[in-house]
Amino acid sequence: MTQPEPQKHPSGDNRFKLLDRAITKHHSSGDALIEILHVAQGIFGFLENDLLVYIANTLKLPLSRVYGVATFYHFFRLKPQGEHTFVLCTGTACYVKGANEIQKSVEHHCGCKFGETTKDNKVSLISARCVGSCGLAPVAVLDDAVAGKLTAADAVKRISQWKEETKEVVA
Amino acid sequence: MTLEDLRELAEKEQARQAQYEHRILYCSSAGCVSSGCDAVEAELRKAIDDLGFTKTCEMIGTGCLGLCGEGPLVFVHSDPTLYQRVDANIARRIVEEHIGHGKKVADHAIDLNDPFFASQKKIVLENMGKINAESIEEYIAADGYEALAKALTEMSPEEVIAEIRKSGLRGRGGAGYPTGLKWDIVRKGVADQKYIVCNADEGDPGAFMDRSVLEGDPHRVLEGMGLAGYAVGANQGFVYARAEYPLAIDRLKTAIKQAEKFGILGNRIFESGFNFRIDIRIGAGAFVCGEETALLRSVMGRRGRPKVRPPYPSEKGLWDRPTVINNVETFANVAPIIRQGSAWFSGIGTAKSTGTKVFALAGKINRTGLVEVPMGIPLRSIIFDIGRGTPEGTEFKAAQTGGPSGGCIPKEHLDLPVDYESLQAVGSIMGSGGLIVMDNTSDMVDVAKYFMEFCMDESCGKCIPCRVGTKHIHTMLDKIIKGKATEMDFELLKEMCMMVKETSLCGLGQSAPNPVLSTIRFFQQEYTVKLKAATEFNDNGPVPLSVTKES
Repeated sequence: MTQPEPQKHPSGDNRFKLLDRAITKHHSSGDALIEILHVAQGIFGFLENDLLVYIANTLKLPLSRVYGVATFYHFFRLKPQGEHTFVLCTGTACYVKGANEIQKSVEHHCGCKFGETTKDNKVSLISARCVGSCGLAPVAVLDDAVAGKLTAADAVKRISQWKEETKEVVA
Repeated sequence: MTLEDLRELAEKEQARQAQYEHRILYCSSAGCVSSGCDAVEAELRKAIDDLGFTKTCEMIGTGCLGLCGEGPLVFVHSDPTLYQRVDANIARRIVEEHIGHGKKVADHAIDLNDPFFASQKKIVLENMGKINAESIEEYIAADGYEALAKALTEMSPEEVIAEIRKSGLRGRGGAGYPTGLKWDIVRKGVADQKYIVCNADEGDPGAFMDRSVLEGDPHRVLEGMGLAGYAVGANQGFVYARAEYPLAIDRLKTAIKQAEKFGILGNRIFESGFNFRIDIRIGAGAFVCGEETALLRSVMGRRGRPKVRPPYPSEKGLWDRPTVINNVETFANVAPIIRQGSAWFSGIGTAKSTGTKVFALAGKINRTGLVEVPMGIPLRSIIFDIGRGTPEGTEFKAAQTGGPSGGCIPKEHLDLPVDYESLQAVGSIMGSGGLIVMDNTSDMVDVAKYFMEFCMDESCGKCIPCRVGTKHIHTMLDKIIKGKATEMDFELLKEMCMMVKETSLCGLGQSAPNPVLSTIRFFQQEYTVKLKAATEFNDNGPVPLSVTKES
C-alpha cells in the first residue's frame, strides 16, 4: 500500500487504526459489537485478550459482554491459527457420505483433534457445521478453496503436501 | 425513479440483450465455484475472443442452475441447452461447435425434458439461469421491482397485506406461520419505529436454498423486504446472513448498493413518501441464532440467547419495537404474489399449503441439487423422478427433512404429499428445505446420535432441559451403539426425549429430540437389536459394533 506517511496509532501498532476506522463507521455503537469483532479478527487473525479489552473500552461496554459474545460464537477465534487451515464440513449430507472417515484419517495423520493445531503450527483442523456445498459432499475447505467429493486418502495427501512444501523451503 | 422510468429501463435492457444472438450463462453459485467454474469462465471468454464472437455472444454468470452435483454447468440460452461437467476443453468445444456451427456438444448436454426439470415449478428460482446475478438492470428487465413500484403507487399498505393473506403464503423457515397474519400484527402495533428482518442464518446442515437465492437473485429478497416494509410501516430492514456464506454476502452488498443508486432503496422510493433502508448483519456461527428471538439479540450485538415468547417479535422485537422476521425464501415469494396476484399463487400447491417449496437434495441420491416443487407433490416423485433415486446397488431407507429439528421418513411413507401438515403427522417437519436421502448403509441410531451431538454442541445453555438433556440423550445413544445399554436405558431415553421436548425454552430444545423419536418410531428394531445383544453378552463385555450393525 502506498499511503502518505501515516500517523502512528498511540499503541504503536497501526492495525488499530483500521479497527478504529471500523468502530467509527459504526458510530462506536455497542449494537455493532459482532460486526466490529469480525473486522478485528480479519485484521489481527484472532482475538487476543488485550484486543478484547481495547474493544470493550472503545465501545464503552463491560469486558464481560465483549468476552461473552466472542466466546459464544464459533466463528471467533481466541487463539492463533496454523499456517494452513483444513475445514471439514460435518453437515448431514457430508456425514451421510462418510465425513467421519475423513475426520479419523486426518486426525490420525496430524496427531491432533479437530479444533486444534498441529504441534509444528502448520495446520489447523477446524470442523464446520455446513458450508452449503452439499451437492459435492463430502466437502472440505482447504485454505479458502473448496474441495468437493473428497476421500480420506485425498485429504491426507493434501495435508502432507502442505507439510512437505514447508520442509523444502527449510532445506 | 417512477414506474415509467422502471419500464423504460426494462425495455432498454431487453433491447440490449436482444442485440446478442447468443447468451451463454455459466452457473456462478457456490456449488459450481467449488467445482471450478472460474477456469471454465476464463476459457469461455477466451474462446469467444479468439473466435471473434464478442459482438454476437454475451456471457454472464447466473444463479444456481440446480444440478449442483454435476457442475460446473453452462447454459446456452438462445438454443436452450444445458451442459454438465464442463471443463476448459468442453468450454472451448461449446463455443466452437455450438456457437460457431450450431452443433450441440452432445456428450455433455443434459436433456431438458428430463423429470428433473419437467417436474419442477419455479417461482422463487424463476430467475436462476436467466439473469446475471450481479446486475440490477437484468433483474428489472425480468419484471423486477415492478411489484414494489405497483404497490407504492397503486396499493395501500392494507391492500398489500390483504393480498399476501389471500395468497395463503406461509413462513418458509419451517414452522409455516401465515405471513400475512404476521405482517398484520406488526402493522397494527403502535410504535415510533418498526423493523423488517430477513433470516438468512441457514444453519441446518444439509440446506443451501437460501444461500442459492441470495447468490443468484439477491434483488428479489430486497424487493420482498421493501414490500414488507411498506405494508407494515417500517423504514429499516436487516438481513442477518451467515458468515459462512461470503459469496452471498458480497452479492447482497452489491445488490443493496445498486438499488440505492437507482433510488429503489433509500428515501422517497418511486417518488412516494416511503423510505426504506437495508443493512446487513453478519452472523458468527451459532445454530441457535436461527431461532427468531436469538437472532434478534444477535442483530443487536448480543449473545444469541433465545427468550420466552410471548411477547412475540411481532409485538416486541428489535429494541422492543414490532418486528417482522421472515426467512429468505418467504421474502422471495412476496414480489411474484404482488405482481401476479394472490389467486394465481393460491392456485399452486394444496389448499392449506399454497405455492412451492425449494428443497436442497443431497445425500445418497443420484442427482443432488436445488429443486423447487409445488406443495403437495409426493415425496416419491421428488426422490425418484427428480432425484433419480439412490445410487445403483443401494436401497432407499429414509429421507431426512428439517435438519436437527426434523425427522426421518421411511419407505412406507414415500407417497406422503409434501406439505406442512403431512410432514408433521409423521413426526418430521418441513423445515427450511434440506432433504437428505439415506440408503441401507446408514445406521439410524448413529444418525440420531449425529443430530444429538449437533444439538448438544449448539445448545446455548440458557435452559437446563436443553443444556443437560441433550448431553444425556447423547450419552445414552452412545451407550446403545456401544452395546452397553439395557432395556431400561432405552425406556429412560424415550422418557428423557419427551421431557426435553416438553420443557425446553425455545425451538432448538423443543425439537432436538425429534430425530431420536422419529428413528425410534420407524426403526425401533435397530435400537432393540443393539439392546438385546447387549443383555445377552453383557458379562463378556460389550458386543462388537460390526455384529450389531448388520441386522
